[in-house]
Amino acid sequence: MKLEYTPEQRAFRLEVREWMEANVPSGPLPSFDLTQEGFEAHREWERKLNEGRWGMVTWPEELGGRGLDLIRWLIFEEEYYRAGAPTRVNQNGIFLLGPTMMEFGTEEQKSRFLPRMAAGDDVWAQAWSEPGAGSDLAGVRSTCTRDGDEYVLNGQKIWSSRATFADWAFGLFREPGSERHKGMSLVLFPLDAPGVTRRPIARMDGELVFAEIFLDDVRVPVTNRLGEEGQGWHVCMATAGFERGLMLRSPARYQQAARKLIALYEKHKDTLPASIAERVAKSWMDADAYALTIYAMASRLAAGGTIGPEASTNKIFWSELDIALHQTALDILGDRAELTALAPAAADPDNWLDGYVFALPGPIYAGSNEIQRNIIAERMLGMPRA
Amino acid sequence: MHFAFTEDQAAITEAAREMLLETCTPSDLRKLLESGNPRDAGRWSTICEMGLPGIMAPESAGGLELGLTDLVGIAEAAGYVGLPEPLIELAGVTIPLLASLADDHGWLERAASGDFVAIGHPTNSFVGDADQASALLLGHGEEIHLVPAEAVSLVRQDSFDSFRRLFTVEWTPSSATLVGRDWALAAERGALLAAAQMIGLGQRCIDMSVSYAKDRTQFGKPIGSYQAVKHLVASAQVAIEFARPVVHAAAAELPLAIAASRARVAHAKIAAGEAADLAARTAVQVHGAMGITHEADVHFFLKRAFGLKSAWGTVAEHTRTVIERVTTARTGPDATFAAELSSPDPQ
Repeated sequence: MKLEYTPEQRAFRLEVREWMEANVPSGPLPSFDLTQEGFEAHREWERKLNEGRWGMVTWPEELGGRGLDLIRWLIFEEEYYRAGAPTRVNQNGIFLLGPTMMEFGTEEQKSRFLPRMAAGDDVWAQAWSEPGAGSDLAGVRSTCTRDGDEYVLNGQKIWSSRATFADWAFGLFREPGSERHKGMSLVLFPLDAPGVTRRPIARMDGELVFAEIFLDDVRVPVTNRLGEEGQGWHVCMATAGFERGLMLRSPARYQQAARKLIALYEKHKDTLPASIAERVAKSWMDADAYALTIYAMASRLAAGGTIGPEASTNKIFWSELDIALHQTALDILGDRAELTALAPAAADPDNWLDGYVFALPGPIYAGSNEIQRNIIAERMLGMPRA
Repeated sequence: MHFAFTEDQAAITEAAREMLLETCTPSDLRKLLESGNPRDAGRWSTICEMGLPGIMAPESAGGLELGLTDLVGIAEAAGYVGLPEPLIELAGVTIPLLASLADDHGWLERAASGDFVAIGHPTNSFVGDADQASALLLGHGEEIHLVPAEAVSLVRQDSFDSFRRLFTVEWTPSSATLVGRDWALAAERGALLAAAQMIGLGQRCIDMSVSYAKDRTQFGKPIGSYQAVKHLVASAQVAIEFARPVVHAAAAELPLAIAASRARVAHAKIAAGEAADLAARTAVQVHGAMGITHEADVHFFLKRAFGLKSAWGTVAEHTRTVIERVTTARTGPDATFAAELSSPDPQ
């Protein structure tokens, strides 16, 4: 056990830090969920990252990465959040589809999709949920009908984050007539293909964070299938492992938020009761506990281990800590907490309200926390299935 | 950067864990309770034969000269079985303190072979297993005194946990008993090892709950098949999963003795205490009315967690340490590890 970075790891941190200081936009970019313009501004940032070869540092060099290990990925993320760099518009691509493609994709698929993904040329959305298949994902009804060298896609997807403006989606479909976990395939399709209709869905604050996708005889080549035909469930569960495990939500995100919360507390502490100090301390501890857990997980993976059902504990922990942390900040702000950035009296440069609205669905997406608790009880602890 | 135990550490922990699981079952605990004996002589001699009391003692005193990262997994295992004997405090707090003294009057070597020395740290109101001690390390203001058992008089203070054998000690400090003024890291070691035991206790409460919930049926099904029960247990497991790495990191960082490592110990103690408390109450709930009886085994583990939660610093004291650290030292994504705060900011 050595809880100290090597000189090389420290030098890497400095390299990231210097690049971020020279390149991170000074002000926030316009939202990527409100206008095409905001979306494209984030795409430009992704291109800039890629020019610095920071698109996805863990990928092999020939696919646009740097071939770095997970510890360096964590260091990169720490510096990324520390610098206040823009939220990754392509997170569903680089953090979820990317690792899945690395595991299940053909060489042709990897070289076709991953460099463009790392560069932000293709921004990806996930198309799994359907109106009748949320927590019970095996209930998807959208179909992929084989027609020679093509699949014909039909059906309806929903809650697809970024899909309003994204370029591509990775969707879960089934052979007509198949049931439940069998006969599913993961198929990649362009969101501007003939037969695709997108209907944005406004979040409670008006941002178009997700969309419904209607597929009406959409034709894609069978080479767009990721993994074996009929093995879509297996492929998706690997993606879900990355999602819940250590890719989707970096500990650095919460550590940076906790740092800002401490600064907010310091600014107002003369008027605050001791109970607020305790909540601030709790948020800091939780963010650090999550970081330590991920470092332990990364060390385990580096030694040849795997991520099992314990990934579900991560997802519960970060989603709950995110809400609690923002609630504490909002309580410190008092009656100014409800002001949006547009209000003349708004005096909240850190936008805690936006952060709170972002945190709210954390316990729902990537598999609801109720489903995660079932997984922990059944697969980690061996309690009987219902 | 490598946050995992070495193969040697895993092996020594596993050997100790197997011995403890075998020699310290709930029925062994009941037998000991009924016997009225302070400890199980057979188990204690096995523990001493394995060299566990001297795990952190220098080789010159017959010890293994290992560190807290070698002991922390054994402390978890001791918690898991609800070990009544005071192995962990002796091995991880008393012996390192004896080793730090200029003159230990020969007690270091005796303690490393299992001759019990009790510790009355100023942080704690009571001294554990004082009646079993051949000598006692006692606080007088900042001073440390090493006092032979014959020179003290003891008053037993009954604890909720019959195996936490607490005493108040009456004694007279003198220049002959004065051995030092630096408690060094004894308080931090005590808190960390209490935290490690609470991780084990919490995990035991969860494992007992799972096993009971598989057997007990209501409405024609095992109660463990109901989501309401599953989710209680899962939530307690989440609390343990995010306390355990903090405890392990605290063990590795404690020797740095800076604000960040002290806060890590405090965090470990708070988080492990909350997790064990949640797990113990979950065990009571899952066991239903049986859970509050003396007949079910839950109470052994609930009581130990209850005692340890406030030993070696209360939640309030440890919270104060954390608040002090976050408001005075660097925080944020590049400040996870204490070693990064003991060296100058890379900027």
